[in-house]
Parts: sequence; structure tokens; C-alpha cells
Amino acid sequence: MTARPVPNSFRTGADEQGMFGKYGGRFVPETLMPLVLNLERQWREAKGDPAFEAELQQLSTFYVGRPSTLYFADSLTRHLGGAKIYLKREDLNHTGSHKINNCVGQILLAKRMGKTRIIAETGAGQHGVAAATVAAKFGFPCVVYMGITDMERQKPNVARMKLLGADVQAVRSGRSTLKDAMNEALRDWVTNVHDTYYVIGSAAGPHPYPELVRDFQSVIGAEARSQILEREGCLPDVIIAAIGGGSNAIGLFHPFLDDVGVRIIGVEAGGRGLKGVEHCASMSAGRPGVLHGNRTYLLQDDDGQILEGHSISAGLDYPGVGPEHAWLRDSGRVDYVPVFDDEALEAFQLLTRVEGIIPALESAHAIAQAVKIAPSMDANQIIIVNLSGRGDKDVQSVADILNMEI
Amino acid sequence: MNNRIGRRFEELKAEGSAALITYLMGGDPDFDTSLAIMKALPECGSDVIELGMPFSDPLADGAVIQAAGQRALKGGQTLKRTLQLTREFRQVDDQTPVVLMGYFNPIYSYGVDRFLADARDAGIDGLIIVDLSPEMDQELCIPASRAGIDFIRLATPTTDDARLPKVLENASGFVYYVSMNGITGNALPNPVDIAAAVARIQKSTLLPVCVGFGVKTAEQAHVIGRASDGVVVGTAIVSAIADTLDSTGRVVADPVKAVTNLVTELVCGVRQLDRRGRDVSTAI
Ligand SMILES: Cc1ncc(COP(=O)(O)O)c(C=O)c1O
Repeated sequence: MTARPVPNSFRTGADEQGMFGKYGGRFVPETLMPLVLNLERQWREAKGDPAFEAELQQLSTFYVGRPSTLYFADSLTRHLGGAKIYLKREDLNHTGSHKINNCVGQILLAKRMGKTRIIAETGAGQHGVAAATVAAKFGFPCVVYMGITDMERQKPNVARMKLLGADVQAVRSGRSTLKDAMNEALRDWVTNVHDTYYVIGSAAGPHPYPELVRDFQSVIGAEARSQILEREGCLPDVIIAAIGGGSNAIGLFHPFLDDVGVRIIGVEAGGRGLKGVEHCASMSAGRPGVLHGNRTYLLQDDDGQILEGHSISAGLDYPGVGPEHAWLRDSGRVDYVPVFDDEALEAFQLLTRVEGIIPALESAHAIAQAVKIAPSMDANQIIIVNLSGRGDKDVQSVADILNMEI
Repeated sequence: MNNRIGRRFEELKAEGSAALITYLMGGDPDFDTSLAIMKALPECGSDVIELGMPFSDPLADGAVIQAAGQRALKGGQTLKRTLQLTREFRQVDDQTPVVLMGYFNPIYSYGVDRFLADARDAGIDGLIIVDLSPEMDQELCIPASRAGIDFIRLATPTTDDARLPKVLENASGFVYYVSMNGITGNALPNPVDIAAAVARIQKSTLLPVCVGFGVKTAEQAHVIGRASDGVVVGTAIVSAIADTLDSTGRVVADPVKAVTNLVTELVCGVRQLDRRGRDVSTAI
């Protein structure tokens, strides 16, 4: 075995080609290429523009409600009897998840680029709601693509999007989940490239999206890092986040990547087990391939056809992952582990009962990992879990699964 | 030019005709039927065959070609079998250029070097890979050109003058002008705009410039053929095949005949002839 060269920093961006190592890139049709290159230019300019920064700050503070709290989950900690568990409360943001952090940033970019129409894909509906929200606020017409499987299991969010004035387009191809919604959004974008801005909801897609979304989401980790230092006087031992496309996770992880003492764990949807195809653990059980504009780990068959996968959670039900995670996996800096549907469902109920916080099913995957490791850790050790969203959207689905009488 | 694509365009130039490039999805609705259709295409006048490689997530394709890909995959089509299709076609036809069209992942999964060797061996002349723009040329374009397989570049209405040289830089075979911002199956935009775009590209390259996306009828093929070096017809052919299938994808009429009827008409359009073979190129 050859030794893996350790980079000076894990926090560098993508390279000129938009690659993180061999992952990422710009695998898009020519029609989109000029726009994708322009987006990158505009993003670089915006980053250096104090007026852009100020407007983003303003929205972040007064509209989103940042900073989100870092909450010491004392009841859960006592219940598990091990490491101290802190929750980064992205569920308390306006619209109920971390997705809004990215949407306020991208809507400002759309405005800056003179675009007049917004499109988005959504799985759990949290990104769709966040995109529809900023579209409403800034007066853009907005189309959200959502698979019919997801519309069924995330009904409250469909209603929210419609109330916000978005046109929710039902997608019926494939297994009608997030991957198919993204295909449809890309088809719309290719067709309406002259006036349309595509608000991608995760740290995925062609360059510069993975980097841009990461930068907008990094506020999570930057806040958490200074909050824990203030509160405990030290860095955490472990940080944990759930991985769909990977935006809440990279947002939490990125500011900690060069803190070598911090163990970082990304939780993939293990679905009904990794043996068959009923999971979405692309980094645990997939291999590199090209989809949706970038090279990354994908669930695919021997012929390179993308598999559909499965997760109890619509937001994690995606057969790929953002390219920076693929790179972090290979570099060994971050551990990616699966959590199964039933474990997530248990954690969902546990957090609800002992802390009075109903987590999103996506976030429940991260909680489940903390439940697994906290008891064997010391009482003076610290875990931070990203509570990426609240579970209101999942209440009906979970009640159905548990056969609750309402 | 010593390959089939180059030779074919030379011949057509000598005849003063644009090329008719016909698309079909490999393995739609099954291997044997698509092989039979493929063999019939040159006989009824198709100059170049564009053979679709089915992919689970065809993000530049409309409903008709998406459905064809799904039928092919359901019938067990793989990249390996698409190469096999070409190999069997080559046993009866060593002249007609065959160009593979599709998305990168199945090729990446197959392994680029192994794929290029097998594709050459099977008699593939060119590749059109929708999700590989010039920025990604190291992935496949450059290795393909080195292996003697043309890499046909897509130019689009968003490819402006500043970008055009980049698009043409490593192009070979012919240039495929996508008539619209959109996906396959959409309506054809104003031919005047298309003609202007083609003329602009022709000024910057010696390669033939062909037009695809949106051409469905002989009349359209006629108009676009006059303004370019070739016309690509895809969705209309795939639709003609689909019309011979029942809702489960079973063949219930004659797909070969459906395609040859359509292609015979399209050929008249492209060759500037009316249906009785009279020259109408000056009449319109
Ligand atoms: C609450 C919540 N957490 C996590 C995710 C997964 O997305 P990502 O991995 O981009 O954070 C979603 C996606 O819909 C979500 O709604």
C-alpha cells in the first residue's frame, strides 16, 4: 500500500477545473457551460463585494434568525450516559432547516446576475420551501420540481410551497424522488437558460455549486466552532451530520477540517441494509461515476446505470453525494457510516421524548449515530450533532409507519 | 480524410447534398429489432447513423427519447451490447458511419481506454457525449481522437463568438449545432436564426456543420438541409418506432417499415427532391 499524501489543508477550495482531487468538475451540456462559467465569475466578484456581504449578513441575522443556538442536550446526554451532546439548532432557522442559509445567498446571486426566474429541485421539500420563500420575498416566479413519491411523504411542505406562490411540478420518472427531480430541473434549465437561475439545494451539481453552497452553509460550522469554544473552552471530540447531497454536513465540517483532534463523521442513509439496493449509502457501497454535473460516489450497476436507492427520509434519498465529500472520504479525513431506517426512526422518537425536540428524519440519522457512540465515550468528551431541520414535515409519515391512531 | 465520416461528407459535398443523419436508440425496443432498423437505414438513404446509448438519467432528452432509453434498458441493453449491435451491423455495411450518442457515465464505468479499443474494434466512427464540454476534454475527447475516433462537438445558441474557438478546438468529424436551448423533442425554432448560426460556425471551421434538435418533417429537413451540411432527425424516428409498440413495449406493427417510410420522406427533403424524385432545390 502506498502512503496517502496528507494535504497541508483540507479547507482549500476546488481547483481551476472545479475538481476536488478527481471529484467534481463541470460535466454539463454545452448549452449550460457559458452560464456555469458566468456564475463562477459572478460568485467570485460577489464574495469580494462588501455590499453583497452586508446584504447577506442582514438577511442572515434578521430574516433567517442567525446565529442558531448551540444547545446542550442535557436530557439526552443523561439518558445515554456518556459524552456531552450538543445540538446545532438549524431547525430553529426560518423555514425550519439549514436549507435557507444557501437560498438567501443564491437569491442574491440570481438578482446580481439579472435573472428573473427561479427553479429548484427538492426531496424533503425543505429546500423547495426555502427557495419558494426567498422567491416570494424577492418577487421571483419560482418552479420547484419534486418527485411524486416525495410529494406524498412530505405533504405539508408541498402545501407550504404552494402557499408561497411556487409552481410545484410533479416528477414521475424513475422512482420519482430527488434524483429524478434534479433531472427535470436540469431539463428546465437547459430550456430556459437565458432568464432562469437554478438554485441547487445541496453541495452537489457542476462547479461552482458544490463550493458555493458549501461557502453559504459554512456559517453553521463557523458559529458552532466559536460557540463551543466559548461555552466549553475547547473543541469538540466528535462532530456528526447526516448526508443527503451533503450541504448541512459540509457546512458543519468545513471550519473544523484542519482541527486534527476533531473526529468528523458523516452519516449516510443505510435504508433497509447495505446488501441489496435499498439504501443510499453511496460512499459506503457505491463507486465513482458522473451524474448531475460532477464526478462523485454513486450507486450504479455494472453498466454505469444509476440505481434508485431507498431511504425512509426523502432528503437523504439520493444515489450520489457532493464531490467534496467524495474527496474527504478518500483522503481519510472524514468517516462516512451508514445508519438504517429503523435506527433513524428510533432516534427520531428518542429525541422527541427526552428533549421535546422533533427532528427531521434526515437529522435523526445523525442523532442515531450519536446515540451509538456517546455511551462508550467519557463524560468530559463532547459531541456536536447538526440538527439540520425540524420534523414537522415528517409527523404524518412517522405516525403512519408507527400505526398511530390520530 | 481517411475515416468513414470524412469520406461520407466528401461524397455528399461532391453531390451537392446535405447529409441525413438518423438517430435511433440502441436496443429499442429490443436488440434484434434495433439491429434490423439499423440495417435498413442506409438502404433507404440515411447517410450517417447516430446510435443512442441508453442511460438512466438522460438530462438533455425529452419524453420520447427518455422512454426509448427506458425500453432499451428494460430489454437488457448495455454499452457492451450497443457495441455488439454495431459489430453485427458492420458485417453487412462497412461504409455508413456510425456515431454513438449519449452520456459519459456508462463509458466511464466501462473504462475509457477499454471502451475506445472495443469501440474501434466494433466499427464506431465517432462519439457525441452530451455532458462532456470542452472544459472536460482530458476525460474522453483527447483519448478518443488519439484512438482514431472522432469527437463530435455540440455547439448551441449559447456558444457565443468568444467561446466558439474553444468549442471547435478539439472537434473532429463534424460539428453538431443544437438548434435551440432545450431538450430533444422540442419544436424547431426559426430556420432563419439557425441558418445564421450555421453560417457563423462554418466561417470558423473546415468541418461540416450539421443541425439537430427539432427537425421532424421532410419540409423542415429540406429547409435546414439547404442551410447546413447535414440534418439530424431523432425524436421523429424514435416516435415512429414507439407507434408500432403497445403500451407494454411489445412490437405490434412493423417498426422497420415505419422507420423506412419516414426516412424515405426525410431523404427527399434533404436531397431537395420532391417525392417523385424531381429536383425542387430552386423551386422553394
Ligand atoms: C432537514 C434536512 N437535513 C438534511 C437534508 C439533506 O441534504 P444535505 O445533505 O444537502 O444537507 C435535507 C434535505 O432535504 C433536509 O431537509
